[in-house]
Amino acid sequence: MSEMAMSPSREAAIRAERDAFLARQKSARLKRRLLPLAGVIGLIGLWALLVYVLKVPPFVAPSPQLVAVTLVTKFDVLMTNLFPTAVEAIAGFLLGNFAAILIATVFVHKKSLEQAFFPVVVLINTIPVVAKAPILVLLLGNGMEPKIAIAALICFFPTLVNMVRGLESVNPQALELMRVLSASKTETFFKLRLLNALPYLFSALKIAASTAVIGAIVGEWIGSTTGIGALIIQSTYNFDSAMLYATVIVGSAFSVLFFLAITLAERLVVRWQPASGH
Amino acid sequence: MTAPAVDCRHVSVRFLSERRTVTALDDVSFSVEPGGFTSLLGPSGCGKSTLLRVVADLIAPSEGDVTVLGTSPEEARKARALGFVFQDAALLPWRTALQNVELPLEVGGTRALPKGSATPKELLALVGLAGWENSFPHELSGGMRQRVAIARALLGGPRLLLMDEPFGALDEITRDRLNEELRRIWTETGATILFVTHSVYEAVFLADQVLVLSANPGRVAAVEKIDLPKARPLSIRETPEFVAIAARMRGYLGKGTHE
Ligand SMILES: Nc1ncnc2c1ncn2[C@@H]1O[C@H](COP(=O)(O)OP(=O)(O)OP(=O)(O)O)[C@@H](O)[C@H]1O
Ligand SMILES: [Mg+2]
Repeated sequence: MSEMAMSPSREAAIRAERDAFLARQKSARLKRRLLPLAGVIGLIGLWALLVYVLKVPPFVAPSPQLVAVTLVTKFDVLMTNLFPTAVEAIAGFLLGNFAAILIATVFVHKKSLEQAFFPVVVLINTIPVVAKAPILVLLLGNGMEPKIAIAALICFFPTLVNMVRGLESVNPQALELMRVLSASKTETFFKLRLLNALPYLFSALKIAASTAVIGAIVGEWIGSTTGIGALIIQSTYNFDSAMLYATVIVGSAFSVLFFLAITLAERLVVRWQPASGH
Repeated sequence: MTAPAVDCRHVSVRFLSERRTVTALDDVSFSVEPGGFTSLLGPSGCGKSTLLRVVADLIAPSEGDVTVLGTSPEEARKARALGFVFQDAALLPWRTALQNVELPLEVGGTRALPKGSATPKELLALVGLAGWENSFPHELSGGMRQRVAIARALLGGPRLLLMDEPFGALDEITRDRLNEELRRIWTETGATILFVTHSVYEAVFLADQVLVLSANPGRVAAVEKIDLPKARPLSIRETPEFVAIAARMRGYLGKGTHE
């Protein structure tokens, strides 16, 4: 029994080791948070310095201070223009991903449909967004519809590909298990395939969150009067570089928020460790 | 005499690919009596898993007839009379241990547990996993996962239990314990068991009949009734009778392969 009990000095040493470990962890975490911030601040400083030293005129590039002032004074204008863009991006995101999930489900159950239509999908995907945009504007008019359609199209492809892969890459023995249990196709889909696909789906959704915003903005470039995209075009024509930069910052801030929301949703939904490295 | 629980007559299985034809099983005939425990022993690739899959209606034989519990494998499967333990545990990673054991209640129509049969929780306790109900598969060791899979296969009290090297990845101590446990479960439930293994000791210790397969193509090298007492402590493996039987099995294995 005496060997089992630990000597006080040994116990203290083990506790000290643990304390040191926790302190190291804490400082590492702090560093992980602070370093990116330092990077951003450094870059803004460099930008301010370059604009000042090279005497860049404000119609070519604004100083960071000017952009900050614009962000504050034009906040109302920026927000009224962010609203339609956000609506288009989110609507397109929902529509495109929903369609992709639905079609992936059909493809997995009807192989011949996949073989017939997957090449078509690939072909459409090779058309760049800037080329798709005018076509859709002609087709759908000048409202929100073509922007939503573009955002949806841009989300569609990555989600479709990932979803098909996620639904199909099921452990073959788990499929056999379902058969031994005489599970129906629907049961196998909901109890096995769909859950198996969730980690794949979320990787695609995270990409889609930022591309949907890009899609909406590109859509607004063509004959639109409101939205982040329209504002970008207007401020460029007006040589209002400060407004241009402020608009871009608002657009990316929205993208980042969208991305973070999806990441949060993923953490809540996918609580297990995916079976294989993917 | 009652009809056998599993009866295979001249069963052959061929896998076709563009490059070649693999004959996994060639003219395999054997039967297992109801309540019997048969070990399938053979080198890697001799078709043991394939034979189990034929019995479970996971693949159809290219030739031959299979009867399971007096009907076709398909009928037996649909009647939920089969339990299958896969070579890798095949747990669903998004379900906890308990939820994995409960899966059979959620699919395939049968939702209520037959009266008097063990609950998922009891089965987890039976395989020594009481207290691990809420752990996810990635939090369990390989042996623990395999035991969850066994508990899942036992749910609902299957009349025929098909086990594909369930203890292949386990350490010897755990394996010995689970071997004893399996013998106990078998005598308690009265289920028929078809058990695949690489290990001569395991095959002889567990079974009342050993079917030795030879490889390329998979053929029956020998079928032997194991003449050992029903009560088998682990120490039985040191008795001269056991050692003699094991040596004979190894002899059958040697003949079938080029070792
Ligand atoms: N689905 C399949 N398609 C093609 N060939 C297969 C398939 N399943 C098994 N085989 C082949 O059939 C033969 C027997 O395979 P099987 O899995 O039954 O062997 P086994 O005895 O279980 O081996 P192990 O002990 O390594 O698990 C092997 O040669 C294998 O390559
Ligand atoms: Mg095998």
